[in-house]
Amino acid sequence: MITLTHFLVLGAILFSLGVTGIFLNRKNVILLLMAIELMLLAVNMNFVAFSHYLDDLAGQVFVFFILTVSAAEAAIGLAILVVLYRNRETINVQDIERLKG
Amino acid sequence: MLIQSTVFYFFSTILVASAMAMISVRNPVHAVLFLVLVFFTSAAIWLLLEAEFLGITLVLVYVGAVMVLFLFVVMMLDINLAKMRAGFARYLPVGVLVGVIMAAEMAVILSRPAFNVQKPQSKPADYSNTQELGELLFTEYIYPFEIAGVILLVAIIAAITLTMHKRSRAKRQSPARQVSADRSERVRLVSMDKD
Repeated sequence: MITLTHFLVLGAILFSLGVTGIFLNRKNVILLLMAIELMLLAVNMNFVAFSHYLDDLAGQVFVFFILTVSAAEAAIGLAILVVLYRNRETINVQDIERLKG
Repeated sequence: MLIQSTVFYFFSTILVASAMAMISVRNPVHAVLFLVLVFFTSAAIWLLLEAEFLGITLVLVYVGAVMVLFLFVVMMLDINLAKMRAGFARYLPVGVLVGVIMAAEMAVILSRPAFNVQKPQSKPADYSNTQELGELLFTEYIYPFEIAGVILLVAIIAAITLTMHKRSRAKRQSPARQVSADRSERVRLVSMDKD
């Protein structure tokens, strides 16, 4: 019997994998953005699971808005990345240090 | 019930395995493709949770648009793979340690009896998740819905203005100057003799 706990633990595992991905790929901005997408997906998984098990559609409406905002965030992030690469020829996090005092 | 458990474990195995592959593969293009698999599989799990509209939206919007955008950017930029991977082995132990501890802590909390909610009654066959969601979005959540539209508009404008590239050598029309031209600076009348 699949209960709410199964889905919540699945979301927790996905979220931890996203955090681990940020630790492991801390040089590559694209992979950092992708790890953030993974964490957002874990949160959405929790919302959908709660929405189903508590029989309340508000959770799914919330997921709808999270999807909207994260799509906008990915678009702007990638645009910034393209401009950064055009100006600096690198997307290595460690080479982006011009603001350092 | 057994079918549901089988489907759940099947898809969550694929989900976790491809998420692990995504954060650990060497090639960024492969990482994007594994993330596509992650989104696709979680859409299947959302279908299991009877969130049909969101499952399809996840496939259409994420796999169809956002991940293609990621793939496009990964392929467009010329990345030095070896340099990007430096430090991977060094941060592997601490990363895995933090991840495992976080997952274990959350699992301990989440396996409390309070979260052990049983499955609600199944909806009747003619129940439409999309229709219910749409009615909720266009009545109770109409203002957040409109704000979401504004956010998308801002994102479009921001992305375009960020990446717009002015080339100084390119020849282009200037409509303002064309419109403001008047007769005196274009036509010069000269009076000439007949011969």
